[in-house]
Amino acid sequence: MNSQTNATAPEITQHYRVPFSLRRFFRTNSTQLGILGVFLALWLIFIIAAPKTFLSKQIYFAFMSSIPFFAIMAIPLTTIVIAKEMDLSFPSTMGMGMVAFYYAYVGTAFIPNPTIRVFLAIVASLLTGALIGWLNGFIIVKFGLPSMVVTIGTQFLWRGADLVLTQGGNFSLEYIKQTIFYPLLVGKIGGYFPMQMVWLIVATIVGWVLMNRHKFGAHIYLIGDNANSAELMGINTGRTRIQAFMLVGLVAAFAGLLYSFYVAYFWPTVGDGYMLSTLASVFLGGTSVFGGVGTVLGTFLGAFIIGSIEAATVAVGLTGFWTQFIYGMIIVISVIMHTYLRKRAD
Amino acid sequence: MEQYRLELKHVSKSFGEVKALEDINFQLGRNEIVGLLGDNGAGKSTLIKIITGYHQPTSGEIFFNGQKVDHLTVPKARQLGVETVYQERALAELQTLWRNIFLGREITSKLGFLDIQQMRDETHRLMSQSMGFTSHAVVPDSRVGKYSGGEKQGVAIVRALFFNADIVILDEPTMGLSLKETAKLVNFVKGIKQAGKSAIFIDHNILHVYNVADRVVVIDRGKVAGEFMPKNIGLTELMDKMVRVAETGSLN
Repeated sequence: MNSQTNATAPEITQHYRVPFSLRRFFRTNSTQLGILGVFLALWLIFIIAAPKTFLSKQIYFAFMSSIPFFAIMAIPLTTIVIAKEMDLSFPSTMGMGMVAFYYAYVGTAFIPNPTIRVFLAIVASLLTGALIGWLNGFIIVKFGLPSMVVTIGTQFLWRGADLVLTQGGNFSLEYIKQTIFYPLLVGKIGGYFPMQMVWLIVATIVGWVLMNRHKFGAHIYLIGDNANSAELMGINTGRTRIQAFMLVGLVAAFAGLLYSFYVAYFWPTVGDGYMLSTLASVFLGGTSVFGGVGTVLGTFLGAFIIGSIEAATVAVGLTGFWTQFIYGMIIVISVIMHTYLRKRAD
Repeated sequence: MEQYRLELKHVSKSFGEVKALEDINFQLGRNEIVGLLGDNGAGKSTLIKIITGYHQPTSGEIFFNGQKVDHLTVPKARQLGVETVYQERALAELQTLWRNIFLGREITSKLGFLDIQQMRDETHRLMSQSMGFTSHAVVPDSRVGKYSGGEKQGVAIVRALFFNADIVILDEPTMGLSLKETAKLVNFVKGIKQAGKSAIFIDHNILHVYNVADRVVVIDRGKVAGEFMPKNIGLTELMDKMVRVAETGSLN
């Protein structure tokens, strides 16, 4: 040990670099490569078992059309789980976002231009989502409550508020079709490529940058790993966690918009079926429920596995009854695989 | 009058009903190493966490270089030059070395984007040059959880030093270290003094503190029980007093 108490760092002339080694690449990316392996293996099985379906383009456009609705929420949810928190209120946040959208549109009837009205309604919806996320985070941080319990509560609370405010009614959103926002959110590029897939890719890239190249992500990993250390070293763990919850709320409201625009209809129950597939995407993607470990790209692949199983089950010739059984099997096997890979990497 | 690097005046801290510290007066001079002794639960760690801004005192005043500081927080204490090697080491064991070295003060652009290459460079330089770690396990991209106790302690110490501390606080730094590592550590604390900095050294082991400290402050049941200069008191006498204070609450 050197007794020099440091001080000014000498100019660094040579960067610290490690020569590329395939072994280390496999070790440091084992989680993502693991899920990629599962993804490719399943794909191969699908192609062999149902070549007619899985060698045609249509099925992939169908996947890209339906999977983003829940996959996009799995991205910020990954952040929450890495921070060793949980959010179960995103399905009803989708609903509340749409309630805000609906009332903002109805309430701005004095504005003649529908594009401006829809724009304001979109802003209202996103703000509502972020606010719900903020409230989740605030309650969890301020009262020191477990996030799982709080968000079970708010999941019921906001779905309830949603149903009360709409009186269970559902409304046509035909009017959005005459605005630019319809093609922007759920249109098809060149008549094929769904815009919601573009939004999912954007969300994944933004999520990756935030988690890997930004202070926010660095702090999220540290909080999930050891919140006490993070606190001792001066990280504002409360604020960072609240920001993460706001992100989930914001994206959930956006997912609500995507789905409702897609069907041009507002169902107050929007999002109800997405709870388990979204959570499964996160865990299938290799994010650890114990915190501190996980990747956005893993979640992205996880979502596509989850989203394709149902179609694949039917295409392969099994009845729809098999879907959940196969879901369960793939999830359990993948989670065991992740634990095994993680142990080996250490 | 000589200005203290750090001074606490009438500092008290309660956690609900429990009075952890009561009317503490404490000074740390320039270029001085103060040893803090006391039994488990005497209030040493609470005192440290007040100085580092982790806990806010219930009442009392804190002065840095003669200036009163209100609402001390962890980032504020850091700006004032306080660096701590915590008892629990404050490491994130699943994360890489460079992330741990820069824990809580990542090098970033104005918008908060990380400068990863620079952090890895600095980490490499610190570990190999300043600390003399040559093990292949201790590289910027390895995970801290795999390190030995001494290596982990080394990380915590490097981290405290890299950021140009004026006051280094070592909370039970010899815990879990081998004999050789402990000797290294004692040398290192002496090095802090040679470099003209101040330090607060907390340890169960009276021998370590006695050998290194300029002044020893004994804390018992949340109060300062007494102060000694190691050059004026023998080791056995100090030990006797420590046992007596633990049993009776009085030094004599």
